[in-house]
Amino acid sequence: MKALLRYSPLLILAIGWELVSRLGLVSGDALPSLTAVAAAWVDLVRDGDLVSNGLASLYRGGAGLALAIMIGGTLGILMARWKPVNVIFGPIVEIFYPVPKTALIPVTVIWLGLGDRSKILLIVLGCMIPVTIGAFNGARSAEQVLIWSARSMGADRIRTLWDVVVPSALPELLNGIRTALALAFILLVSSELITAQNGFGYLIGSLGDNGNYDAMYAVVLTVALLGFAADRLYQVLMHEMLIWRQ
Amino acid sequence: MAQIVVDRVRHTYRPPRGKPVLALEDVSLEVREREFVALLGPSGCGKSTLLYLIGGFLPVESGGIAVDGKPVAAPGPDRGIVFQHFALFPWKTVRGNILYGLERQGMASAERQKRAQHFIDLVGLTGFEDSFPSHLSGGMKQRAALARTLAFDPKILLMDEPFGALDAQTRHLMQTELLGIWQRTPKTVIFVTHDVQEAVYLADRVAVMSARPGRIKTIVDIKVDKTDPGVFKAKAFVDKVDEIWNLVKVEAIKAQGAPAA
Repeated sequence: MKALLRYSPLLILAIGWELVSRLGLVSGDALPSLTAVAAAWVDLVRDGDLVSNGLASLYRGGAGLALAIMIGGTLGILMARWKPVNVIFGPIVEIFYPVPKTALIPVTVIWLGLGDRSKILLIVLGCMIPVTIGAFNGARSAEQVLIWSARSMGADRIRTLWDVVVPSALPELLNGIRTALALAFILLVSSELITAQNGFGYLIGSLGDNGNYDAMYAVVLTVALLGFAADRLYQVLMHEMLIWRQ
Repeated sequence: MAQIVVDRVRHTYRPPRGKPVLALEDVSLEVREREFVALLGPSGCGKSTLLYLIGGFLPVESGGIAVDGKPVAAPGPDRGIVFQHFALFPWKTVRGNILYGLERQGMASAERQKRAQHFIDLVGLTGFEDSFPSHLSGGMKQRAALARTLAFDPKILLMDEPFGALDAQTRHLMQTELLGIWQRTPKTVIFVTHDVQEAVYLADRVAVMSARPGRIKTIVDIKVDKTDPGVFKAKAFVDKVDEIWNLVKVEAIKAQGAPAA
């Protein structure tokens, strides 16, 4: 009931959308009615187009994000705890931070071609940044007395990194990953829109080019809902992992 | 031979920005096995620094520190430490915190569990095994921290103003408990405090430190009957507190930069 109330603005928006379109206040091409979009969605699922393209996107997004978390998390923690790593990678991260990552789409295509690999690389490059920064700030906040406590109980330096620095970094690291998750959707769909033979972005582009706007809207909505669901799921996971802070 | 030998140690504190500060100069101290020594001095005199040096957390700049005849180079489980702000791992439960040291010692799982429970019971935290530190009061956190350190059985207990963050009532209870535990399982204790009464009540000897740069100014032997429930009012106790307080007062005034009265 509470959730229903909370999302009631969305329901109002949906009803408004349907009305505006039905009453002919905007052209059906610019904004097809929600019911028409829903019908197109069912067709897309039945044809298998949505699923096959969705799986292609899911693979790219998942692989890219997983690599970004592994590389970015390790890099951020090492940068925070080991000065030479920070001296070498600090400026690189700083310079790379404000670059609009979509500008790298043609670059990654030149390097790795039109297939999966260029999209995965783009997502890794883009998503690494918030993960690295989160891990770095989190690891720097690791309290000296906790590190000393672990050392006095017999943990060596590497062990301390894993047992104390990583859990200390977790709250900020998990926030960085949340930003990366949203970024992964953006980079995935934009790169597929520009150059791809399949995926959500490709489907949106090709349906739009063919004037099949009902179906195009259906894919856009699907991506939006998937993004929303992924973020909610992630928040639940994050809450579980940080249960000790409540 | 003394168990802990601090020999003409000097330490300079180098802040990330600003001028280096000479924190300890020419500090020498010997502590015998199973002795309880309090390090007492005005704030900023380097008493905690000295404790961290013995713990092996900070590098010795000149002079030397040896424990059982071996020079101290790094932290080790022969020297357990209890900090003022508990330093419990916030992501581990009370039990998890206590188990951690035992895991690092490579103790078998069944024995670890048994031993952790024993120390949880010992410090009166039965029923709070699965609580996270954020759900405990200050006194309970310090009990958990004490249990964690006692559990892996260090020969030496380094305590850095462990009761300084507690309210007066809890502090007194904890002092009595610590004394009880120490009498049952004797360990060498170095206890940093700025509370004269606490030092006289707990320690066999009180090392009074001078204002910065810290040196050991005097070492006072304490001989009071701690089993006497009225010990705080006993003449021997009150006289000792007065005697030491007069020594500390001079240093505290110096530390504030005011002329000694």
